[in-house]
Amino acid sequence: MTVSNNNLLEIKNLDISFIQARGAAHALRGIDLTISSGEILALVGESGSGKTVTSMSIMGLVPTPPARVNAGSLLFKGEELIGRPHAEMRKIRGNEIAMVFQEPAKYLNPSLKIGEQITEMLILHLGMSKRQAVEKSLEFLDVVGLGKSRRVLNAYPHELSGGMKQRAMIAMAICCNPSLLLADEPTTALDVTLQLQILKLIRSLKATFSMGILFISHNLGIVREIADRVSVIYAGKIVESASNKALFENTLHPYTSALLQSIPDAKKRGHRLRAIPGSVPDAENIPQGCSFHPRCALASDRCSQEIPMTKDYGNGHSAACHMVQ
Amino acid sequence: MIPGDPALTIAGVDAAESDIQAIRAKLGTDKPMLNQYLEWIWDVFRFDFGTSLTSGRPVSDLIMERFPLTLTLAVLGILLSIVIAIPLGVISAVRRWSFWDYLGMLFSQAGMAIPSFWLGILLLMLLSIKYRVFPLFGSGSINHLILPSISLGIARAAVLLRLTRASMVEELSKEYVITARAKGLTERMVNYKHALRNALLPVITIAGIQLGYMLGGAIIIEQVFSLPGLGRLFLFAVYQRDFPLIQGGVVFVAFVFSFINFAVDILYSVLNPKIRIS
Amino acid sequence: MNRFVEIVNLEKTYYGHGFFKRSKNAVKAVDRVSFGIEKKSVYGLVGESGCGKTSLVRSVLYLDPPTDGEVWVDNTLLGGLKATELRSFRRRMQIVFQDPNSALNPKMNIQDSLEEGLFNRGLDNSRRKELVTRMLDLVGISPSHSTRYPHEFSGGQKQRIVIARALCMEPDFLVLDEPVSNLDVSIQAQIINLLQDLKSELGLTYLFISHDLNLVAYLSDQIAVMYKGRLVETGSTDEIMGHPMHPYTLKLFSSIPGMQTTPAADDFTAPEAAASGGDKKPLEGANVCSYCDPCPMAGQECRGQEPQLETIDGSHKVACLKLANHN
Ligand SMILES: Nc1ncnc2c1ncn2[C@@H]1O[C@H](COP(=O)(O)OP(=O)(O)OP(=O)(O)O)[C@@H](O)[C@H]1O
Ligand SMILES: Nc1ncnc2c1ncn2[C@@H]1O[C@H](COP(=O)(O)OP(=O)(O)OP(=O)(O)O)[C@@H](O)[C@H]1O
Ligand code: SF4
Ligand SMILES: [Mg+2]
Ligand SMILES: [Mg+2]
Repeated sequence: MTVSNNNLLEIKNLDISFIQARGAAHALRGIDLTISSGEILALVGESGSGKTVTSMSIMGLVPTPPARVNAGSLLFKGEELIGRPHAEMRKIRGNEIAMVFQEPAKYLNPSLKIGEQITEMLILHLGMSKRQAVEKSLEFLDVVGLGKSRRVLNAYPHELSGGMKQRAMIAMAICCNPSLLLADEPTTALDVTLQLQILKLIRSLKATFSMGILFISHNLGIVREIADRVSVIYAGKIVESASNKALFENTLHPYTSALLQSIPDAKKRGHRLRAIPGSVPDAENIPQGCSFHPRCALASDRCSQEIPMTKDYGNGHSAACHMVQ
Repeated sequence: MIPGDPALTIAGVDAAESDIQAIRAKLGTDKPMLNQYLEWIWDVFRFDFGTSLTSGRPVSDLIMERFPLTLTLAVLGILLSIVIAIPLGVISAVRRWSFWDYLGMLFSQAGMAIPSFWLGILLLMLLSIKYRVFPLFGSGSINHLILPSISLGIARAAVLLRLTRASMVEELSKEYVITARAKGLTERMVNYKHALRNALLPVITIAGIQLGYMLGGAIIIEQVFSLPGLGRLFLFAVYQRDFPLIQGGVVFVAFVFSFINFAVDILYSVLNPKIRIS
Repeated sequence: MNRFVEIVNLEKTYYGHGFFKRSKNAVKAVDRVSFGIEKKSVYGLVGESGCGKTSLVRSVLYLDPPTDGEVWVDNTLLGGLKATELRSFRRRMQIVFQDPNSALNPKMNIQDSLEEGLFNRGLDNSRRKELVTRMLDLVGISPSHSTRYPHEFSGGQKQRIVIARALCMEPDFLVLDEPVSNLDVSIQAQIINLLQDLKSELGLTYLFISHDLNLVAYLSDQIAVMYKGRLVETGSTDEIMGHPMHPYTLKLFSSIPGMQTTPAADDFTAPEAAASGGDKKPLEGANVCSYCDPCPMAGQECRGQEPQLETIDGSHKVACLKLANHN
């Protein structure tokens, strides 16, 4: 094991549960992720697998209680984020680590102008004057492809289309020049034709600002398009991590390959899709042993009893499955 | 329709039949119902509600004499309730289950349970009779209006407080609040710059409507504090079967009520950018 | 010989709330749309959000009657039916919407939810129960769960139940308005497989709507591409997938991750124009190609004339002036 200091973010064995009246929901069960500068790491998984909890815990925005951090560490630029005082986290949020959300229509304040929502960050974190902040906001609107448009700056969110709102939201996230950008399903709520534009934008951000980007999605097609490395999460555990090429061309974990096979496309016409039977377990009721075993085609007795360890298969390709050789 | 014949009331029970007829003709109550109605509608358009049967003065004059007092009372009442309800409601929502929240809950429960006339009497007995801080009767100075507007405002404040709290709690659970936190804003900015603005929208609407209701609520309070406002005027008119005054009063209050609603709608659209556009 | 479903010049206009002039804010959500569906086939309709897909199917089923045009189902003109006749005819045409959560009454157990529609059909108690049991079984929900409430099921199961409810009416025409868009990837495939099985078992005809071209291509025999209320390209799946022609279809293709086949359609549009892609089209100015603003191929003629669907070859039709000129 090498101590990698060039990692921008290093998540080790993060384990979080939500304590509720009807029992604990084990949302994250010891996940490991690393992101370095100028890299897009995609976190793929289905609904309820723990993607949002991961990103919110990096921001320090998972409310405790009901949540409880059972174990693990979050190293940002080599320093621990867990247990930092609120005031310190606030200086990091938005400034060094920024976030873009899934539904821009809901995540923008409906009664504040776009300009106000961007400038308030510049004033707060970078201590700019109002005028400087407005100038800077225009620059960033330009960066995200909205042009140096005062019209957009003076618009309320509902006056913009979905794609424009998402661009505005991205402008807001990057205006303080954060070194880490967390994008939680930034294109899911958008139209197909707009998706691609936002993806391109995110890729160009990586290049121009050499940001580290955590790109969260449930769409493997999009992930293949944009990611440098991919981690697949299932029921609060990373089941496979690899470079983009390795994950798609040399898939190891049965869950990843099942996901890939279940995507419909014209070439599979006339054949049945290889659907995964059953459904995603909820965090209150995670199966014993390998959490995927009730749905897995390869499962053996061992799978239902013993939790598979994450093993390294070379070149940073790792998977957690008993049946992978 | 109110039973009873105003001509009889005026002439007295043992008047001659011909006298009664004459009075009826003068009042117009001998004409068919529809005619009476149409004539009346036409007059209303000219803000002419006719002449009061008992005092012989134009109804519009009587109303305009008394209206300022009632309006002042209602406006004071609503201001008072806003001043109490909004800050307490917001604090209750921001610090849920804190001392302030329990205080707010206690206040709103009590405020809704206590009838305003009872509170009025209680205040009178305590602060006017026992301690003589405020005058007991009469009108003319702001001092005379303080106790009545408190008794009017408390119940309304209770309702507004609950609404403010609920609205603020709802706004705080919205997604844009997460964005605001993710931007590294202080809790203060998140609460008061981002959430409060949206939370106040429904509160303002309801406060406006409450103002309308308060004009009605004033009738009883004016009675308790013997204030010469619209309420007493109308109550008196009903006792006396002063039909023009009753009709004029109803139309006038309805008009004021609609006007307030209209004004609130305008205000709402000014405050809410989503509506402003269309 | 007419096809099973025949739609002729269908139009749906929503009138706004202009105070004096009703047409002021009118939106033509569906604009002179014509197509036909063969019996026991799947007709796929693709287009971005707000292009009028839902408006179209609501009009087709007369849930919200069209403002103009004709709908024929099995040689019956729906517009010519009386209200009561339409109600009984509607049994044969069912619809499954995108969001299974809002489609089921949360306060009713699923047995009751499914039986509700059957009362109007005058079936007796035992026949109703039997039908519900059979349909639940068919969609893979254990009939022993029929006394449960919607919140006790997962999203995918709820969508199965909604499908079962539609099937209880024993329809022959099923409209599927984005039936899997809200579901997880692994569950999507289950529902798609189910739909295919049901089709061959029960001999159903589908009108399948999605904004996912991949999915539509996988499932459909015929495809229509819609843009701002107009059909811009129609044809068999092989024709459309093998040889897409309309610039908007090309753009849709390039939006499929991993399928940037046409650099041309990619970055041509100014962000504002592109970003407002699905916006309403005002009534006036109908004499231009609806796609002329974002279109990389647009020329003068596109702003002076409205293209109509013209046959390229076989069943392949395209509405584009630039493409029509080449033939
Ligand atoms: N505040 C909370 N209280 C209780 N459980 C929670 C809470 N937040 C999340 N969870 C649970 O944690 C698990 C992971 O949730 P998370 O939101 O991270 O999923 P996700 O991968 O982002 O899914 P989606 O694709 O639907 O956004 C879920 O099972 C969820 O029920
Ligand atoms: N009841 C209505 N009144 C007014 N306009 C409407 C109404 N319903 C839909 N519209 C408008 O008609 C257009 C088409 O809407 P429709 O819902 O049919 O689109 P869609 O293709 O189904 O979109 P999506 O993929 O988002 O479901 C939109 O511009 C929409 O705003
Ligand atoms: S450990 Fe077993 S059950 Fe889990 S994925 Fe591997 S084979 Fe399947
Ligand atoms: Mg999420
Ligand atoms: Mg729709």
